[in-house]
Amino acid sequence: MNFDDTPQEAEFRATARAWISANAPKQYEEELRKSSLGRTVLKNADILQVAKAWQKKKADAGWACLHWPKEYGGRGASPIERVIWQQEEGPYGQLSRMFIIGHGMCGPTMMAFAREEHKRRYLPPLASGENVWCQLFSEPAGGSDVAGLRTRAEKDGDDWVINGQKIWTSGAHYSDYGILLTRTDPTVPKHKGLTMFFLDMKSPGVEVRPIKQASGASDFNEVYFTNVRIPDHQRLGEVGDGWNVSLTTLMNERSAIGAAVSTGFPELFEYCSSLILDDGPAIEDRAVRSKLANWAVKASGLKYTSMRAISALSKGERPGPENSIGKLVAGSMIQDVATYALDLQGAAGVVSGENAELAGRFQAMLLRAPGTRVEGGTDEIMRNIIAERVLGLPGDIRVDKDVPFNKIPTKGRN
Amino acid sequence: MNFDDTPQEAAFRETARRWIEANAPRELHAELSKSSLGRIRLANHDIVDVGKAWQKKKFEGNWACLHWPREYGGRGATPIEKVIWQQEEGVYGKLTQPFQIGEGMCGPTVMAFGSEEAKRRYLPKLASGEEIWCQLFSEPSAGSDVAGLRTRAEKKGDNWVVNGQKIWTSGAHYSDYGLLIARTDPNVPKHKGLTMFFLDMKSPGVEVRPIKQANGMQEFNEVYFTDVVIPDSQRLGAVGDGWNVSLTTLMNERMSIGARLATGVPEMFELCSNLMLEDGPAIDDPAVRSKLASWAAKSSGLKYTSYRTISALSKGERPGPENSIGKLVSGMMLQDIATYAMDLQGAAGVLTGNDEETAQGQFQQMLLSSPSMRIAGGTDEILRNIIAERVLGLPGDIRVDKDVPYNKIPTKGR
Amino acid sequence: MNFDFSDDQKQLRDQARKFLAEKCPPKAVRVVLDGKTPYDKELWKGLAEMGFLGVAIPEEFGGAGAGHLELCVIAEEMGRANAPVPFSSTVYLAAEALLIAGSDAQKKKWLPAIASGEAIGTLALFEGKGNPSPKNVKLTAANGVLNGVKKPVADGAIADFAVVAARTGSSGRDSDISLFLVELRAGGVEVKSLTNLDPTRGQAEIAFKDCKAEPLGAAGEGWSILTQVLDRAAVLCAFEQVGGADRALEMGRDYALDRIAFGRPIGSFQAVKHMLADMYVSATLARSNSYYGAWALSTNAAELPEAAAAARISATQAFQHCAKNNIQVHGGMGFTWEFDCHIYYRRANAMALGLGSLSYWEDQLIDRMRKKNAA
Repeated sequence: MNFDDTPQEAEFRATARAWISANAPKQYEEELRKSSLGRTVLKNADILQVAKAWQKKKADAGWACLHWPKEYGGRGASPIERVIWQQEEGPYGQLSRMFIIGHGMCGPTMMAFAREEHKRRYLPPLASGENVWCQLFSEPAGGSDVAGLRTRAEKDGDDWVINGQKIWTSGAHYSDYGILLTRTDPTVPKHKGLTMFFLDMKSPGVEVRPIKQASGASDFNEVYFTNVRIPDHQRLGEVGDGWNVSLTTLMNERSAIGAAVSTGFPELFEYCSSLILDDGPAIEDRAVRSKLANWAVKASGLKYTSMRAISALSKGERPGPENSIGKLVAGSMIQDVATYALDLQGAAGVVSGENAELAGRFQAMLLRAPGTRVEGGTDEIMRNIIAERVLGLPGDIRVDKDVPFNKIPTKGRN
Repeated sequence: MNFDDTPQEAAFRETARRWIEANAPRELHAELSKSSLGRIRLANHDIVDVGKAWQKKKFEGNWACLHWPREYGGRGATPIEKVIWQQEEGVYGKLTQPFQIGEGMCGPTVMAFGSEEAKRRYLPKLASGEEIWCQLFSEPSAGSDVAGLRTRAEKKGDNWVVNGQKIWTSGAHYSDYGLLIARTDPNVPKHKGLTMFFLDMKSPGVEVRPIKQANGMQEFNEVYFTDVVIPDSQRLGAVGDGWNVSLTTLMNERMSIGARLATGVPEMFELCSNLMLEDGPAIDDPAVRSKLASWAAKSSGLKYTSYRTISALSKGERPGPENSIGKLVSGMMLQDIATYAMDLQGAAGVLTGNDEETAQGQFQQMLLSSPSMRIAGGTDEILRNIIAERVLGLPGDIRVDKDVPYNKIPTKGR
Repeated sequence: MNFDFSDDQKQLRDQARKFLAEKCPPKAVRVVLDGKTPYDKELWKGLAEMGFLGVAIPEEFGGAGAGHLELCVIAEEMGRANAPVPFSSTVYLAAEALLIAGSDAQKKKWLPAIASGEAIGTLALFEGKGNPSPKNVKLTAANGVLNGVKKPVADGAIADFAVVAARTGSSGRDSDISLFLVELRAGGVEVKSLTNLDPTRGQAEIAFKDCKAEPLGAAGEGWSILTQVLDRAAVLCAFEQVGGADRALEMGRDYALDRIAFGRPIGSFQAVKHMLADMYVSATLARSNSYYGAWALSTNAAELPEAAAAARISATQAFQHCAKNNIQVHGGMGFTWEFDCHIYYRRANAMALGLGSLSYWEDQLIDRMRKKNAA
């Protein structure tokens, strides 16, 4: 057991490191390092422009979408090489946040289900960051229950006409394309009447509105579709097979390995190391230590769980299911950590914003934290996934499984 | 708002107190004050003998089964009088442990469903402690799902012939009679094929075997039935109506109000006050304080919740649902407290002897016993269901076995 | 035993609930949340007219002369409605300080003005990070003149007067602290609003520069008065927190009943059901502890310090727990600005800090239990 690279890995790492040190936008390093939860913001530059420039540079040198085939704009790299790249890219990886959906979900779905001509046309500019893609699955009526969605697509000649509403779409306002899951047949059970498309986000009838979150920020959008036309050749997969297509997309979302999850622990440890409480340094206080130690082992548990997954990749094995615990553990932990950080500040902890302690870092964390326990699968869904896919327990009883979609109740009480 | 008795309550309390002072077995006071969790053990006496003597005395003084009608051996007292009696009886109440199932569950069921003749024959002797009753509901294949039980009762002439096995029966080895629920029709859905009986525990074919528990003790039994004959006259309620009859029994179990639940907090507070850690008394340690304070607040929350219930009784109102939280909260708390107490004892915490440095092993004993507190009389999960459904009005679980004939319900998960 | 509110008090609660449902719906709370006004002036006036502001103020000082139990039931309703008014600072802190330590003239001047809604008061205790402690009071008073900065001061930007904790000695004992009463509209006071977790209740920084102040209570008695004020406020705030926790629980319950996923109400899934059952458990524990605190407060019992700390801890934990899991039950929608869940999440976390942190009160509870055990 060791943490060393194999000789090939070491060589790959050296090449990557050299390229990054020669090409990365170093003027933003410090700022990127500090950003933790939520969307990254740069003080004196438009993050979108900086990110696109960095992505383009990477693409030109063959460092974009490393694991994609070369003909679609990638490098044809192995999974472990991709992880090494991420480690070396470090804080600059924050700049690829706006491409994550496109690279991690839309691209793989296109690759699996689009026609060859579409792949050659759309994937390279997606890889190079020239085009940004978003994913249009969630709806107000179908949150955890994605297949409960209601956005309709009706066939009209060679086109489909879309009407409905999507929600929680990251980056819809700056996206060029989107993959869209719709209901094409409401008279069959819910999983069977869905169809997947991709569309130009500038199509007439697409309207994007930002959602104001509980934290006050707006990281997401609602997207409204009013008689939006999509040509049939932009369909992905068969009519009625949208659910299976979407599983490809979602699987890719959850296989993001080596991506660091924020736990709030490093921030809290740093804070406690310098904070002076009424009775002395916080780090000397036994109550503080007991909590810190508990969080420390959780954070390190997550870190080494992900290293185990990386090792599996390095050996060319398929990583085990253990990586699925990351978001579940980190989500409630970051909420607890933030709450405790404020507790340590006493009454002054209520003050937020730029003038607050540490520029309101923990206050912002507290307000953002509920979102992390919900987005990309609620804590409850994550526990179901662990129980069902990892431990092999039976699934919930699905009362709507064989019911035509339009016969499923839409309200719990009248 | 006050904690005072009404004049009638005060008068009743005074009478009770005087009688107890004059009649209680004071030589046992110190010993009874100490015992906390699990079955009581006395150094020089058999608890059943001492308990029977105290119960007999109470019965003769008209203080047994206070809320029962006089003709069946009770006093016809009000619910609040029963609570006051319990408060005054104090530690001597622990002597009634062998009679609790009889008084709280079997008696009320016989009262509601027995013939007048049976009531006059059995209830006074139950009240006086002369005859001890046990309850035979749980089975290896039916824990939380009581109605899933398999013990069969088949009609043969005027009798029923019983075959099967019960488990977790308290006091079966010293009981004279038992309340038994059995399946009389396996061809109908599970709740519909049950019938309730009472039987003589000395009947031929009844075999009682003690269960060795995880904590090494033996407080419960398995009871085996082999061709046990019960006359039809000992049936309680109609054939097939056993589930409804059992609800009467179980409701009575959950109505025990003012019964003090062990939380472990007083013991823990005492431990922390006396224990010296490396840096000084445990109670001065901020980490200890923080935990202790949280537990103390929970435990006082339980105490004052039961006071609110008692107040409702005092005003002749029906108590609200708040009392249902007691066992759920105290069960988990006991386990946490025991774990932390041993943590404070350090490596010595592993010792289970009667040592001074481990507080006579009481927390070790608590730790080993506490898992059963979270299971017996309704698991934590069942209690949460009860709160969610009966108090908050949330829908029940989906019951896949509801309309299925009992003998078609799967008996193995895989 | 009659460990419950009386029928009259329950009637008062119903009356307050009805009044607040009408005058303080979520829409009204959002006007303050969105920063359009620092507090709901109409509501404040209405509360005065209903007699709620002076419910515990004796009649001779313009109040209703009812008592603290009545104030507790109103506090619960204020918390349930997340009322965006300076109720806690004015009524629990400023008015209680006056009742405990005010001279007759001070009471005559301020208590009727509080009861009628004309004066908003607050307590200026904290000076940045740290918990209530004489050590943390650095602001000085000499010859009736204050110098120093208080931060955060709840409702400081809208208050007419403040009770200020000041250092008048340097012996290292509690007697170094004295209280002063300051009119904030007068000279020598500079007030700055601070952004804070809960925009429905303002926080401010107040700088005192050679500011004239009159003493409140005897010199050197400040800390002992403050301790009493904080204990009383802890009980009253606990009722607000219990009201907020109950409302959050109710919102979660209602959503779980209405929202369908996978063809059934989400409240039929045990993962959701059990989350709600646990919320009920903590809300119930908090309510019972708060009742005990109410009894101790209303009878001025020797048990008040211990009861107040237990109520404070229990209610803080319950409100935080219910508010955070209410969002979780709501899923993504609970994390939108549009849904009201975050209003309670913000209030819960702000209230957890307002009288000193949870850790502080945990520490206090143990001290007080020890004292009782020793006695």
